[in-house]
Amino acid sequence: MSTVAPPPQESSDSTEVPELKVVTDATCTFCGCVCDDMELTVQDNKITKAKNACVLGKAWFLNHHIEDRPDATIEGQPASYEQAIERAADILSNAIYPITYGLSDTTCEAQRVAVAISDWIGGCVDTTTSVCHGPSGIAFQEVGEVTCTLGEIKNRADYIVFWGGNPAESHPRHFTRYSLMPKGQFLPNGRKDRTAVLVDVRKTKSARAADIFLQVKPRSDFELAWAMRAIAKGVEIDPSIEEQTGISLERLTEVVEGMKAAKFGVILFGMGLTMTRGKHLNSEAILSLARDLNKYTRWTAKPMRGHGNVTGADNVVTWQTGFPFGVHLGRGYPRFNPGEWTSSDLLARGEADAALIIASDPMSNFSQPARDHLEKIDSVVLDPKLSETAKTATVAFTTSTYGINTTGTVYRMDDVPIPLRPAFDSPYRSDYEILKAIEKRIREKQLNGNLSS
Amino acid sequence: MAETFILIPGRTSKQGVTLNEGKYTDGYLEEINTLQISPEDMSRLQFENGDNIRMWNDFGEVVVPCKTSKGDELPPGILFISYGDKSSRLMAGETHGTGMPDSKGMDVQIEKVSAPA
Repeated sequence: MSTVAPPPQESSDSTEVPELKVVTDATCTFCGCVCDDMELTVQDNKITKAKNACVLGKAWFLNHHIEDRPDATIEGQPASYEQAIERAADILSNAIYPITYGLSDTTCEAQRVAVAISDWIGGCVDTTTSVCHGPSGIAFQEVGEVTCTLGEIKNRADYIVFWGGNPAESHPRHFTRYSLMPKGQFLPNGRKDRTAVLVDVRKTKSARAADIFLQVKPRSDFELAWAMRAIAKGVEIDPSIEEQTGISLERLTEVVEGMKAAKFGVILFGMGLTMTRGKHLNSEAILSLARDLNKYTRWTAKPMRGHGNVTGADNVVTWQTGFPFGVHLGRGYPRFNPGEWTSSDLLARGEADAALIIASDPMSNFSQPARDHLEKIDSVVLDPKLSETAKTATVAFTTSTYGINTTGTVYRMDDVPIPLRPAFDSPYRSDYEILKAIEKRIREKQLNGNLSS
Repeated sequence: MAETFILIPGRTSKQGVTLNEGKYTDGYLEEINTLQISPEDMSRLQFENGDNIRMWNDFGEVVVPCKTSKGDELPPGILFISYGDKSSRLMAGETHGTGMPDSKGMDVQIEKVSAPA
């Protein structure tokens, strides 16, 4: 960690000088950009300035102070940490079909322990990826991924297509730090050397930043991307494509010719594709388009990831089980089947009988049948803040916040691992510590049970 | 009389900022509970900012205040709401073998239930 000494504080009426610390090169974990050039001013366990942070990053850093909440609760009542660990281990050990869910807002180290717990108890492990870019994960398996880092985009990308996303609002520094604006090694004039296209249903704030805006009709992204593949290959397309997608054949041809003439192109695609009808097929179309264009020039495609370490969750679950999400470990070996072992489905169908939820709030953003079932079953919830999910938990732990109080590793949206440099200590334990304690107690119970039987 | 629209829930910077201030703050609740409608549809349906709108489909129903979307951000026939509790109540439990419920581009019906207080 890099810290610099603050200037001396003068105080006329007290010899006590408030602790003032400046943490440089800190990492923001609010969104998938994971900007690691933060300069945080910390005073009395509160971040008072977050230099270089965007509007979302400032809100993330300046609103995370220590809340006065119990370490843990059991059925809504304050409980000791030890009691909560014991009850959590009981719930998870005794469950027949437990799920582990969340994980996109915690460290890779904690994610790894969560996967281990799921393995020990023979449950399913799933992350918020399944309701984010899970369909893209399916598409990666179908098509593959012509990938690149954000550094390559900064230094090389002279043609950028944003598709089904609004980075101006969801990833405010993406344009300025990684994609549109920066001067790069092969783009000495920055924005002037790049062509930017936005494909979206809504004419969002991001449209103002683009040179070309293609306002696609809702639920027509697949048709549009498939038509672009055909145009790139010289296949004749019927002009009725305009009626179907809202984009004229002439306009579309112009864009595709521009893409073919680029030196290095990238399609950065968002959840406008994965959450809409077609889902993984939409992502497949985008990945296929990028792959096809490599016949003419260099093209890549990357999903725009939302949560600070959702990319880490994909990586950790994959290196532990071979699959990125929706993994069933109940037979002693991993099996992957989205729709069967993904959390939304397991809950909506009323199948799971216990849940371990880390840093996520499905009680606020799952479908109603999934919420209704989650409310009925025993759950163990880890979250730094109070949420609807924590309120309904059987056992709830208050945790420290990753990146602000806790060190560890996260993955940026381009799969680059970034270390965390915490700003100040929290009285609450980290996800890693709590999960480790739960795992240890589960193993003790399992081993004692085996010895006594 | 009810009309069918396509609802696009999504992220906004205000949602992201107020989320950090707290999920129970007025700012966050206002952001995720406000339905944006295109100026053309607002005018045609004689809705006013703050009117309470009942919005429903086969999977759920919510009542939320509406406001006119900015400029030409929304084309007629499309609705926008910040992704959150209310939008998720209109998602189906079925994911068609993907793990992902239909969360954007959902067919919904809307009608005005009351004028602003």
